[in-house]
Amino acid sequence: MNGVALSVFIFFFLLVTVLGFIAARWRRADLGHLNEWGLGGRSFGTVITWFLLGGDLYTAYTFIAVPALVFGVGALGFFALPYTIIVYPFVFLVMPRLWSVAHRHQYVTPSDFVRGRFGSRGLSLAVAVTGILATMPYIALQLVGIQFVLAAMGIGGSGSSAFERDLPLFIAFAILAAYTYQSGLRAPALIAFVKDTMIYITVLVAVFYIPAKLGGWGHIFDAAGAALPKKPTPGALILPTKQFAAYSTLALGSALALFLYPHSITAVLSSGNRNVVRRNAAILPAYSFLLGLLALLGFTAIAAGIKPASNNAAIPQLFNAMFPDWFVGFGFAAIAIGALVPAAIMSIAAANLFTRNIYREWFRPEASPREEADVARIVSLVVKLGALAFVLFLKTEYAINLQLLGGVWILQTLPPVIMGLYTRWFHRYALLLGWAAGMAVGTWMAWSAGFKSTAPFTLFGLNTTLYPALVGLVVNLLVAVVATPLLDMARVGRGRDETAEPDYVEAEAPPLEPLAEGPGAR
Amino acid sequence: MANRAPRERQAASRAWYLLLLLPFIGLLWPPFYAKDAPRLAGFPFFYWYQFLWVVIAALLTGIVYWATTPRNRGDR
Repeated sequence: MNGVALSVFIFFFLLVTVLGFIAARWRRADLGHLNEWGLGGRSFGTVITWFLLGGDLYTAYTFIAVPALVFGVGALGFFALPYTIIVYPFVFLVMPRLWSVAHRHQYVTPSDFVRGRFGSRGLSLAVAVTGILATMPYIALQLVGIQFVLAAMGIGGSGSSAFERDLPLFIAFAILAAYTYQSGLRAPALIAFVKDTMIYITVLVAVFYIPAKLGGWGHIFDAAGAALPKKPTPGALILPTKQFAAYSTLALGSALALFLYPHSITAVLSSGNRNVVRRNAAILPAYSFLLGLLALLGFTAIAAGIKPASNNAAIPQLFNAMFPDWFVGFGFAAIAIGALVPAAIMSIAAANLFTRNIYREWFRPEASPREEADVARIVSLVVKLGALAFVLFLKTEYAINLQLLGGVWILQTLPPVIMGLYTRWFHRYALLLGWAAGMAVGTWMAWSAGFKSTAPFTLFGLNTTLYPALVGLVVNLLVAVVATPLLDMARVGRGRDETAEPDYVEAEAPPLEPLAEGPGAR
Repeated sequence: MANRAPRERQAASRAWYLLLLLPFIGLLWPPFYAKDAPRLAGFPFFYWYQFLWVVIAALLTGIVYWATTPRNRGDR
């Protein structure tokens, strides 16, 4: 065990713990209201939103898994960069509309919007359940990220007892759960300042310091180019022709899916103004640049001759081998704290979904905002406990597979949530049928490919590999397009739309009604 | 909301949004850039080309923001 690294690590962990509890007093308001606990009062400005979204989207697992993939397969793993570039023009166009309509009608979750737009409880439930299912394994992977870092510091190695191995994770988990319960979304918002600053420092130091020790980037790329084809599953430094379709569909599918995740939408809705969202689409790519550099550390690990037991240990081991002890502690703390911010927001987002779209919608329609906030707090604990149990009792592999499936599933909510922002052409039950078809096709395809991120695809003599989520989405849309006129012909009711076109473009119109009455008139 | 822009000006500002298509075209067609040469500071073309797009995409989004945001709206 590395004493210096561990001390630095613990220092920063304690720092953010204090911040997490102080956050309850930051921008003080009544945290007994879901709008405040679960959305930070919808008041965050450009800078806070930048840190919050950056801290939210670029998770600890991303920081471990992206360079690990590049380490393992080479160029294909770099899809993370085009993915996080094209996502922002998309966000710039689409998310302000969601912000405005959600502000106008005081929607807290994407399911609230779907309920109000299509007047369908079933469709809203499908969106909510999909969101919760996709989020749970993602939270588990944040804890896995912490585990990798702890293991690299010599805690919980193969020789230690189960108690020794799991205790630090328990402590981290308990702290996270306690301040999320108390401070709500304010806690990750405040901690994100520390987390993102540390991540920027770590990555910038890593991409200058390590190549200098290894003989420069040119040499690193050459070494990776020579080593990758010799791996058990051969990789490549430059994307080979047969992976073009996989690369593009992974980038496009992931980009379309990212802002359907409940934790992304929670962060968007917590901003105070639709222009805050638009401005952030222009400045968030700074994080993408960072992610790209981090991905390249995978090649650095190859050039440095790192031989990890699993690819996911490549970056922690690289840090151990290259940095002085105190900076190892700093870098590991950055990654571990990087797990806390998204884990907190994800559990809040899942709690919001459960509270608004399952508890209130199906069991307690008369629930007051205070009761909603109370339920959401407890659910945020339950969600995290579930994730912890997942990590402790099941194989890590399951969490990874399920997170992959989560990406496939969440993309199937695109037609009601995103297209619903623009058109009501689709019939509510056609959207529900499309969702079911997309879920089934996407899941089947990912499952039969053995949970790889891409799956073989054959149609009309065309043989290629694609991202199953995108195939599912195409099926989803086809079904919805075919079923809509059929359902209309059968005169199946369409449900009431409580929104109006001006609601989607309002910059600062006041909410129609307080949250207590929402979502929408019943 | 005071001073709504005239209809023609709105149409003109709509056209700015077309700029946002460029990153999709530049990045979703790997045959454009899946090659090693020319290298830049040791980076193969495949890598520095995509890094360049981070900057271009951010600038394009910034330009569209300035061109389509009426000055009199409440900003924070």
